[in-house]
Amino acid sequence: MTQANVQPDRGYVTINAEECKGCGLCVEACVPRVLALAAHLNHQGYHPAEYAGSGCNGCGLCFHCCPEPGAITVYKLARVAAA
Amino acid sequence: MAKQLIKGNEAIVKSAILAGCRAYYGYPITPASEIAEAAALYMPRAGGVFVQAESEVSAVNMLYGAASAGVRAMSASSGPGISLMQEGISYLAGAELPCVIADITRGGPGLGNIAPEQSDYNQVVKGGGHGCYRMLVLAPASCQEMADLTALAFDLADAYRNPVMVMADGFIGQMMEPVEFAAQAHPPGSQPWAVEGNRETRLNLASSIHLEPDRLEEHIRHLEQKYLRAQREAVRCEHYETGDAEIVLVGYGIVARILKAVVDEARAEGIKAGLLRPITLFPFPSAQLRALARQASVFLTVEMSTGQMVEDVRLALEGRKPVEFYGRCGGNAPSAAEVLQVVREVARRSTPVLIPGAIAKTEVCHG
Amino acid sequence: MAEVPTGYTVLHERPKAFYDTFERKGDLQGQTHYCPGCGHGLAHKMIARAIDELGIQDRVVAVSPVGCAVFTYYYFDTGNVQAAHGRAPAVATAVKRSRPEAIVFSYQGDGDLAAIGTAEILHAANRGENITVFFVNNAVYGMTGGQMAPTTMLGQKTTTSPLGRDAFNEGYPLHVCELLAALEAPVYLERVALGNAKQVMAASRAIKKALTNQVKGLGFSLVEILSPCPTIWKMNPAKAQERVREEMVKVFPPGVYRDRTAEAQTRPAPPPPPRLEELPRLLDLEAHDFTPAADFQPGALDLRIKVAGFGGQGVLMLGEVLAEAGLLLNLDVSWLPSYGPEMRSGTSNCHVRISNRTIASPLVARPTMLLAMNEPSLRKFVADVDKGGWVLYNARSLPADVKAPEGVHVMCVPFTELADTLGEPRAGNIVMLGALLEASGILSREAIDRALEIHVRSARWLELDRRALELGRDAARKELAYACV
Repeated sequence: MTQANVQPDRGYVTINAEECKGCGLCVEACVPRVLALAAHLNHQGYHPAEYAGSGCNGCGLCFHCCPEPGAITVYKLARVAAA
Repeated sequence: MAKQLIKGNEAIVKSAILAGCRAYYGYPITPASEIAEAAALYMPRAGGVFVQAESEVSAVNMLYGAASAGVRAMSASSGPGISLMQEGISYLAGAELPCVIADITRGGPGLGNIAPEQSDYNQVVKGGGHGCYRMLVLAPASCQEMADLTALAFDLADAYRNPVMVMADGFIGQMMEPVEFAAQAHPPGSQPWAVEGNRETRLNLASSIHLEPDRLEEHIRHLEQKYLRAQREAVRCEHYETGDAEIVLVGYGIVARILKAVVDEARAEGIKAGLLRPITLFPFPSAQLRALARQASVFLTVEMSTGQMVEDVRLALEGRKPVEFYGRCGGNAPSAAEVLQVVREVARRSTPVLIPGAIAKTEVCHG
Repeated sequence: MAEVPTGYTVLHERPKAFYDTFERKGDLQGQTHYCPGCGHGLAHKMIARAIDELGIQDRVVAVSPVGCAVFTYYYFDTGNVQAAHGRAPAVATAVKRSRPEAIVFSYQGDGDLAAIGTAEILHAANRGENITVFFVNNAVYGMTGGQMAPTTMLGQKTTTSPLGRDAFNEGYPLHVCELLAALEAPVYLERVALGNAKQVMAASRAIKKALTNQVKGLGFSLVEILSPCPTIWKMNPAKAQERVREEMVKVFPPGVYRDRTAEAQTRPAPPPPPRLEELPRLLDLEAHDFTPAADFQPGALDLRIKVAGFGGQGVLMLGEVLAEAGLLLNLDVSWLPSYGPEMRSGTSNCHVRISNRTIASPLVARPTMLLAMNEPSLRKFVADVDKGGWVLYNARSLPADVKAPEGVHVMCVPFTELADTLGEPRAGNIVMLGALLEASGILSREAIDRALEIHVRSARWLELDRRALELGRDAARKELAYACV
């Protein structure tokens, strides 16, 4: 947390591509529009959702709208101790 | 404990509670309603549950729930209600859930009437539900046996993890006789496989579904082994004057009571009659019948139906000896006098083989 | 999976109430068996999160239905019971009643709950069972391949409504929340939808509330979840979600249909069960104190008694007292009634046997005693009476055309009229009993008196019956004095 000049994203998302069925409901739910279905297929033949890598606001809606138990994990930026 | 003059139906409930049963789910029907009425009174007193369900379909599924939760649970009904329970019985057997159901039989088909009949044999003993399963079936012939066999039914249900039916006709359910109840009450227990809603049982599952054919076949084979074990270990029957019997009467429930009187009267006339009374209808006392075929020349099955158990008698004897049948139905019980007349007729027709020498010459001994 | 940058902590992850891997599922153990975009997965996840948040995982028993959610037990790391089609509320009822500490929910689809299981859900709700029901309504039968559901919307095409649901042929979509809201008992009924993120969040709150209600012991809660079925609807997941949002909510308006959670009372805990030693007393099994007189010698006794009359004349009770007295005297006894409608009207009879030997058949075909309270009963049974036996008839004489068999004793006394003199014609049966005892000399006076005490609970009636008994004995003595047997 030392990148002084860059405001870090409030949230972060990881997607387990092998658990994703490519339904796209997380893409629909994503407010900052940082999720999209990948061009490639996972081993079951679905286009898994992918995080753009930045821009997540940590709202968690993608998680709540994902029908799979563990395909999406949402993280939030830890409170930075006063430096 | 001192003997009580008590209705068969009521004896079932008191014995069930003494056997640790703490749940009754049922729907009223004549001639079984006294069971529900007694359960409504006594289950709560014993700290148990009584629920009058909206139908027998619900009642049997409540049994499924209670059995899943590991409590000794029971229901009761009569023919039309047992028909409705068949779905649930199949699930109970499939999920290996123990419970006890009493069938106080009445006249059918359809609404029939409320008078006693023994025409539920096929649907109960052969299984009216779907799938390769059996029910263990106990057939009391007295109020004392209503109590004793109900207690036994709970033990068998647990031992075999299978529903057990106590099947009695309306006479046995409605009549009063002296009954001596168990001196020791069985504490309500729990089962290691039950789903109780706690940490210890969290991984448990009550289910009858096995999606994979191989897995289902394995499960069915496992059930089959239990039923084979029951056939080896759980058979019960009563012999009455069969030691030298040449005519063996076969009957269960109230009919067996009448047949005892017939045996006595026939013997007074010099006819060597005896009675084999199946107490377990499944497993059926086939070996015991076959053993009697060595000495007897003819079997006479008497039922309050047009002949249902008689098929099992014939299957058991495998053609070794002729099997005659006499039945009354519609709510009529055969009188001792009319059966005695049949016995005389059967004896007369069988006279050639009733001569001891003839038996020695003609009989082939099996097994 | 991408590396999570440092400085981030988990906000939302796989709920703990799910198994880590779905071993019961067989293959693809990280995923559910549901189709992409299916509402079931969402509903499961919301339930699992609520279980986590309420800290009740060990206590939960999930009852799964028949339908796509039949395999709910693959997923929830809780107690699991799989039920027959439509019967989950009955199963859940008994699981909860058996284990009141458990948190029991049923999870059912529209065919399961609203078609084949209508009776079960209605009555579980009406009993106010303290269970939680999650009802997933996607307006179609998913697992069996797209047949019409009770909640299929008008005009909606399914494989069994190929031209679209027609009100004249298939009726209207069933509104479960509205239906159950007509009942008194439910404490919480809400319909939610899974049509967009906002609706999903509202659904999540409703699900948690429905489970919370049970934890608090408030009673029956049901959440209906309008849910997309992209595969059967033949839509992509986003379109299916849109259909929920745009079409379904018009037919099935979301909202709270019942909320009495604020005023509902917490159910009292069941009282502690009695000790086992108390059971005989609680079951009314304690002995009736009675010792037969030392000089009581029944000898060879084989009484075969038939008591017959109209319903309400006390014939069954008369028989019970006889049998009870026999038992008090350590004899074998049996009592067998005609039953059913006869108990309420028409003729009624019972067979009583009292013997010093074991009784084979309790049926009395050849009575040694016929107690006929009325003429039809007399006519029906008089010819059966055994030689040397007795007929007691409730009138001054036999009808002119009725003759007792030869060698049968007859005593005609208007027992009911005698009872009238006591101010209670219903005691006619006991007057007759008194006469029988006097005439036959069977059974001791003490045993009959004790049997009456056992069977007559009211003190007024007991006093009356004792007088009736004496009246009958007196009448019989007079008759016997004149009798030429």
